[in-house]
Amino acid sequence: MAADTKKGSGGNNQLLMTLLKGRTLIVLAILFVFFSCAAPNFFNVNSLLSVAKHVALFGILAIGMTYVIITGGIDLSVGAVVGFCGMIAGGFLQEGLTLPMFGVTIYMSVPVVVIVTLLIGILLGVVNGLIITKLGVTPFIATLGTMYVWRGFANIRSNGATFNDIAGKAGLGNQGFTFFGSSLGIIPMGVIILVIFAIIAGLVLNKTAFGWHVLAIGGNTNAARLSGIKVDKSLIIVYAISGFCSAMVGIITTAQLMAAHPATGESWEMNAIAASVLGGTSMAGGVGTIVGTIEGAFVIGVINDGMTMMGVTEFWQQVIRGLVIIIAVVIDQVQRNIQARMALQARNESKSEDKAAAATA
Amino acid sequence: MAGYSCPDNVFLHAEKISKIYPGTKALDEVSFDLLKGKVNVLVGENGAGKSTLMKMIAGIEQPSSGKMYIGDQEVSFKDTTEARKHGIGIIHQELSLFPNLNVYQNIFMNKELKKGAKLDNEQHMAKARAVLEKLEHPMDPNTIVGTLRVGQQQMVEIARNLVDDDLKVLIMDEPTSSLSQQEVQVLFKIMRELTAGGLSIVYISHRLEEIMEIGDHVTILRDGRYVDDADVKDISISWIVQKMTGGEKNYPKRDRTVDWSKQPKVLEVKDLCLPKPGGGYLVDHVSFDLKKGEVLGIYGLLGAGRSEVFECIMGLHPEHTGEVDIEGKPVQIKSVSQMIDMGVSLIPEDRQGGGLVQTLDIEKNASLAALKRYKKGPFIDSALEDKKVDEEIEDLHIKVADKHLPILSLSGGNQQKVVIAKGLLTEPKIFLMDEPSRGIDVGAKTEVFEIINKYAQQGLSIIVISSELEEIMAISDRIIVLSNGKKTGEFVGDEITKDGLVLASYKGHHTANNKQEGK
Repeated sequence: MAADTKKGSGGNNQLLMTLLKGRTLIVLAILFVFFSCAAPNFFNVNSLLSVAKHVALFGILAIGMTYVIITGGIDLSVGAVVGFCGMIAGGFLQEGLTLPMFGVTIYMSVPVVVIVTLLIGILLGVVNGLIITKLGVTPFIATLGTMYVWRGFANIRSNGATFNDIAGKAGLGNQGFTFFGSSLGIIPMGVIILVIFAIIAGLVLNKTAFGWHVLAIGGNTNAARLSGIKVDKSLIIVYAISGFCSAMVGIITTAQLMAAHPATGESWEMNAIAASVLGGTSMAGGVGTIVGTIEGAFVIGVINDGMTMMGVTEFWQQVIRGLVIIIAVVIDQVQRNIQARMALQARNESKSEDKAAAATA
Repeated sequence: MAGYSCPDNVFLHAEKISKIYPGTKALDEVSFDLLKGKVNVLVGENGAGKSTLMKMIAGIEQPSSGKMYIGDQEVSFKDTTEARKHGIGIIHQELSLFPNLNVYQNIFMNKELKKGAKLDNEQHMAKARAVLEKLEHPMDPNTIVGTLRVGQQQMVEIARNLVDDDLKVLIMDEPTSSLSQQEVQVLFKIMRELTAGGLSIVYISHRLEEIMEIGDHVTILRDGRYVDDADVKDISISWIVQKMTGGEKNYPKRDRTVDWSKQPKVLEVKDLCLPKPGGGYLVDHVSFDLKKGEVLGIYGLLGAGRSEVFECIMGLHPEHTGEVDIEGKPVQIKSVSQMIDMGVSLIPEDRQGGGLVQTLDIEKNASLAALKRYKKGPFIDSALEDKKVDEEIEDLHIKVADKHLPILSLSGGNQQKVVIAKGLLTEPKIFLMDEPSRGIDVGAKTEVFEIINKYAQQGLSIIVISSELEEIMAISDRIIVLSNGKKTGEFVGDEITKDGLVLASYKGHHTANNKQEGK
């Protein structure tokens, strides 16, 4: 009897798998329909663009986070890097860089500020990577620690104050930072950057040796090492990518707000992790796609903004967000179990085929 | 079926026990009498089924078929607690202690003494102290077990079993492998006291001379089958070796007429040493060489240091000492990727743990180590990768319906061939294969041997580690034997005999003991 049910479920499995694989998109579509009905002003170009603008911020964070999670790690410091890099950029624009020993204050042009900020983001990521690989601290603890450190430095930079004069002055030649908060036509710059980052990150993950090394490290670190993959170096690069993405978000959000505040980005790491996981990235490592992560980011964004437009209170939003994440992971595990079962089935079938072939030969 | 009743001198009778694991039959209708008040010795090569049989009796695993009787009652143990109720305790081959807890917590784990609802730690300590004194290893019961020497840990493991008064059978799976000679003598003394008190002991050991010293009755297993049994007083070591290996049986040997003296040396290892944490050596001044196109076998028991030799050559133990020359030039071994670039490739012993990335598909698993070579600008040259992987799949006859299926959809044999393909795709000059036929069925084994043969004839130099005598004799041109980290034998051509290999594989232990005794 048990054998019968197994046979019967073979065809259903295929259909179920297709549905499960496309689940994030399906959920996204359902959410769109639901909020369009429930909140009459949800489905129009302006509110959709505003959703996209919000999604861009933690979507970019989630791209870096996806790389990290695929290696089997986690980066809790991304929100703090956003805040710190925002303060770096804001500070350079408002106060410049004062070198007391020479008694001068240097005001850098906007491109230089952006490049320096991004380099600092990369550096912070490298520090995470070094702590994890060279000192052997687990990623969770290492990045929890650096999260506090970076956040502390963000506050120290201005003593907790906000830099709100970041438009720059014509006389100093540092105008134009608001470019990152502007729109190209009607499309917010953040969304454009998200798309560019997503395309590059997706290509790197799937089409370069480095990307496959990342997937291999997450799948089986030991086998990766024995295959000659430079595991430590790859991990450091991965955390550097996460730091780079965070710095970019720091720049965008500072430009959007026209101000840099040291508390910016607090708890954003959670949104980034949620987006990755919703998009099918496995916390166990080895599995994940950038496309999935972007879809996951949009699911979160749509739920957030849709519920706000419906008038759901922030407190209930938290409850619902939490439930969505848990349900997503449960479904993810169901999918994995089915996949494992199908692989076993295929293996048994091929075995019996072998035997049949051997018997006829 | 009732009706079987054990004779008076038998505590437990196992009747035609079989155990089938996916792909292998670990035990094949083995019957076994556990004699009361005796030291029952089980002997056999690695994988003969000794530990498996004992796991059945201790309730760790359940037989696929067969029955067990105690007295005139049929018994079956679904777990260790149930076996324990019948007075059967086991000391594992690998220590199963909690290194984070202290001595008395380890001894009384899951048999805690209570005063009301509270743990009675005073009694724990007192009883722990008493039992350790009986074992002549007094120690503070508050010591954290992880900080003890391995020998002391072994004693804690024994104490854990002895602390119960109702113990009737004690199974000891290689308890002496980590003990010093002095500790072994203490252990033997305790064993004699225990058997004198009516306790039955089952003793598994690789040290043959120990068996002659402590054993009462020997049972020999080979390839999961019962071979013979006898009282120790009636037999000799050479009788045991002969029974273990199957005696006169001769297998077709490798027949290649190559004048090896004319072949260039591809690899030369001089005085390779790998220190063991806590003293001694895992690899103890081992030297050997490898000629072009040669298949060199490394035989030895588990823990003889075979895999460690590979790991040193492969760059996994930068702390090793000694010289490794590749094609006549000394190499500073730093990392795996460096060694792969130098033309060395490794098939790891543990296919699932070290060979495969389970989350990747078949093609990526095959191309993983060589991906760096398939580049077009910043991207992977998929066409080239496809072509190379397809060639290798073809060449190794890997049965693959679609190379983008998950790696776990393949059978064990085909998974192993994918790991071999991964190694070959890095275009090695020296190919290190650690137990390449482990856990795959006979058909796939033969194919793996054919692959080895074919590539050796094309000039690839191969070193194969194997625990299976027939296997290593069938594929190697030359065999070196490691024992206890030392090289204890080297055999070429007609010198290769089973008995010679087995004897050499025990030699390292003899000399170690003699040295200690001489002190």
